[in-house]
Amino acid sequence: MKKAAAYIILILLISFQLYNVFAVQRFPKPEFESGYVQPSTLAPNPRAEALAILDVVVLLVTLSVATWMIIKKRSRDGVFWISIFTIAYFGFFREGCICSVGSVQNITYALFNPNYSIPISAILFFAVPIIFTLFFGRTFCAAVCPLGAIQDVFVFRPVALKSWVLKVLGLIPFIYLGLAILYAATATDFVICRYDPFVGFFRLNASFMMFMLGAVLLLLGVFIARPYCRFLCPYGVLLNLASRVSRKHLTITPAKCIQCKLCEDSCPFGAIDKPVQIKEKEESSKAVRRIILLTVIIPLLVLVGGYVGSRFHENLASVNHDVRLAQELLHPDKTQPESFEVTAFKSAGKSVEEFYKETASIVDMFYIGGWILGGFIGLIFGLTLTSLSIFKYQEDYTPNKGTCLSCARCIDFCPVKPEL
Amino acid sequence: MESSDKKKKGGLSRRDFINSSIRFSVILGIGAIGGKLLTRTQVRQMVWQLDTSKCIQCGRCATNCVKTPSAVKCVHVYSMCGYCDLCGGYFRPEVKELTTAAENQLCPTSAIRRTFVEDPYFQFDIDRDLCNGCGKCVKGCGAFGNGSLQLQVCHDLCDNCNECAIARDCPADAFSRVPSDNPYLFSGYDSKKKG
Repeated sequence: MKKAAAYIILILLISFQLYNVFAVQRFPKPEFESGYVQPSTLAPNPRAEALAILDVVVLLVTLSVATWMIIKKRSRDGVFWISIFTIAYFGFFREGCICSVGSVQNITYALFNPNYSIPISAILFFAVPIIFTLFFGRTFCAAVCPLGAIQDVFVFRPVALKSWVLKVLGLIPFIYLGLAILYAATATDFVICRYDPFVGFFRLNASFMMFMLGAVLLLLGVFIARPYCRFLCPYGVLLNLASRVSRKHLTITPAKCIQCKLCEDSCPFGAIDKPVQIKEKEESSKAVRRIILLTVIIPLLVLVGGYVGSRFHENLASVNHDVRLAQELLHPDKTQPESFEVTAFKSAGKSVEEFYKETASIVDMFYIGGWILGGFIGLIFGLTLTSLSIFKYQEDYTPNKGTCLSCARCIDFCPVKPEL
Repeated sequence: MESSDKKKKGGLSRRDFINSSIRFSVILGIGAIGGKLLTRTQVRQMVWQLDTSKCIQCGRCATNCVKTPSAVKCVHVYSMCGYCDLCGGYFRPEVKELTTAAENQLCPTSAIRRTFVEDPYFQFDIDRDLCNGCGKCVKGCGAFGNGSLQLQVCHDLCDNCNECAIARDCPADAFSRVPSDNPYLFSGYDSKKKG
């Protein structure tokens, strides 16, 4: 009788485990006689979803307060204290995730991979700062971005860089953005997150390379203010473009500029446009020639860029996990022991031909991506060239709406009192 | 566009008009993208988890997590355990004596505790503070036992990075984003029972 019961229990146990292909019930669970109570398996729940909503609320509140401080209150101190709060909350408390800079990749990844269910907070972290920037300038960069805020407190001895250096280094973020989108779209990697320089500080825990990258940028930032924001940040590219058409923007003076030159060197980022002498009017034939030249050069640069990009598509694709594995399977290195990737692939039992076919389609995606990325970089080069050759008349000292990070430092230098 | 600053047309300069048009088309664009993605969004958040059926216990979970020690830990599913005396997850292969002496243990950090239940059964518990997620015991248990020891991302420890550092280096592609209301993928796990 007891034996029969044991068999029934055994059958029940086995049938219960049947859906489990992985489990091999080699040794059936014993029947304890000593009244032993089996402990339950520990499976702690993740951070509550409500807290993700809290992140969005904090973003909205800090962004609103920062915007108010910059546009209405015109207070550098206010901006500074918001930076400190941002470093504390988005930085050390939330440990640098989620951030708007990385959300670009989530959006791209979601657009290209229908299976990925993007969290609503990622959409909002991407969209809200851009919308704020469209109306008020880069107030997000000023104090709400934790990456910007931690660099901002390190701006001690800023030196002015030559404008051509600014222009050339200013091209890097576009290339970085293009690469990040390419790799996110092909589901290869989130490069912005991988090379996030300050997340190691926020987590108080980082690999040596990551820590060095962050430390170098922070120390460099003592002299070259906010190097990541100005010469690397891919999200800053989008905000830069959005800010150029912003409805309102931080102004140096609350009323009319008296051209006292006090603010001239106040900007650590070199983002103040200085008044220019009225030049003699350019001969129209010269201007026409320049326009013709540019209309030839820009499409040429796009084509050349696209061609070069497509030539390098295999190099770009070799970052991809599957492409690397396919290469390893095609050309096994006999001197090395078999890699974990190959072992895992063999144990998964997928057919090699099918896998090669999948990989080939990834490489094809990189070919198209290489054309687009190269063309995009060529276009940016061309447009930068255009902007350099355009003469812009400027009467007063005004912040450059694109590159100004709205940190409000210049406000304290202006002696003009607001008109009542 | 450059020379149009001063031309006023009903109080609105040409540049203002162009800027406003660009502004609203950008907002429309963001709205369209956001709206399109929103239809696919599950309001729930996604968390990282590893599929135990794909895992090959390569040991990278221990080294590649942004946290030290890793947020991936060995989870013991007691309901699958055979309570063996000679536990393939606890003892080294070719062990001489079945004692708790350090030289007999497979775990490099001694994170598994072996306690006597009744003859001939032993209970094995994981000390999560010591476990570094290397998966040696998981391999042993899977090879010689029931596979009740399994690697899982522990969500109270995981930072839920935007891009999981282990996921991108996992040779078996075992990591994926899973909905946070069903955050574990180990065999023998029942999300409804856990609540």
